[in-house]
Amino acid sequence: MSEKKLAIIATKGTLDWAYPPFILASTAAALGYETQIFFTFYGLQLLKKKLDLKVTSIGNPGMPMPMPMPVLVQALPGMEAMMTSMMKAKMKSKGVAPLEELRELCIEAEVKMVACQMTVDLFDMSTDAFIDGIEYGGAATFFEFAGESDICLFI
Amino acid sequence: MANFDLELDASGLNCPLPILRAKKSLATLESGQVLRIIATDPGSVKDFQAFAKQTGNELIESHEDGGKFYFLIRKS
Repeated sequence: MSEKKLAIIATKGTLDWAYPPFILASTAAALGYETQIFFTFYGLQLLKKKLDLKVTSIGNPGMPMPMPMPVLVQALPGMEAMMTSMMKAKMKSKGVAPLEELRELCIEAEVKMVACQMTVDLFDMSTDAFIDGIEYGGAATFFEFAGESDICLFI
Repeated sequence: MANFDLELDASGLNCPLPILRAKKSLATLESGQVLRIIATDPGSVKDFQAFAKQTGNELIESHEDGGKFYFLIRKS
């Protein structure tokens, strides 16, 4: 049985949207898939050594809230930090892995991580801020692997 | 209860951790040895079936008892 391949593009940099790429990549690796994630634009936040991701209900009416709250109240200072800590507490209580752990499991399982060089340049990001062991490349680099993949996801 | 060589308690852990921990535990076993997994995530019932099907390891047993799920997987 030849190894299946999964290619993921991770484009979001919020706490909630950081989960799908790492959950799917780590699970795919456990199932024997060769897996690669291409991180572009805000997705690059997921490669920072120190993850500082937040969640917000602004512009996200689907987010379950403990109580009804007008949008203008949601926009008040401190609300984002409060929602982030509430989300993290909820995840912990439900046995959802911290993001750092999932990312570490991906690295252990040899999930290849590629950072978009163009975005790194665009936002003047320092490569020192990123974890070790990642590669830097562009769209053509992505297609080299994605073109051979069995599953390709844009997240 | 069938015999097993190694036990993994994944109680309290949610998707995808039970599967990832099971994969790690299986890696320490020899072919033919059996891993017993205890989980509380209801999603793990379908997930371990799917895991076994895709990895070729055999799911010998899967049952629920008092809100906990027990799985026996034989390493291929």
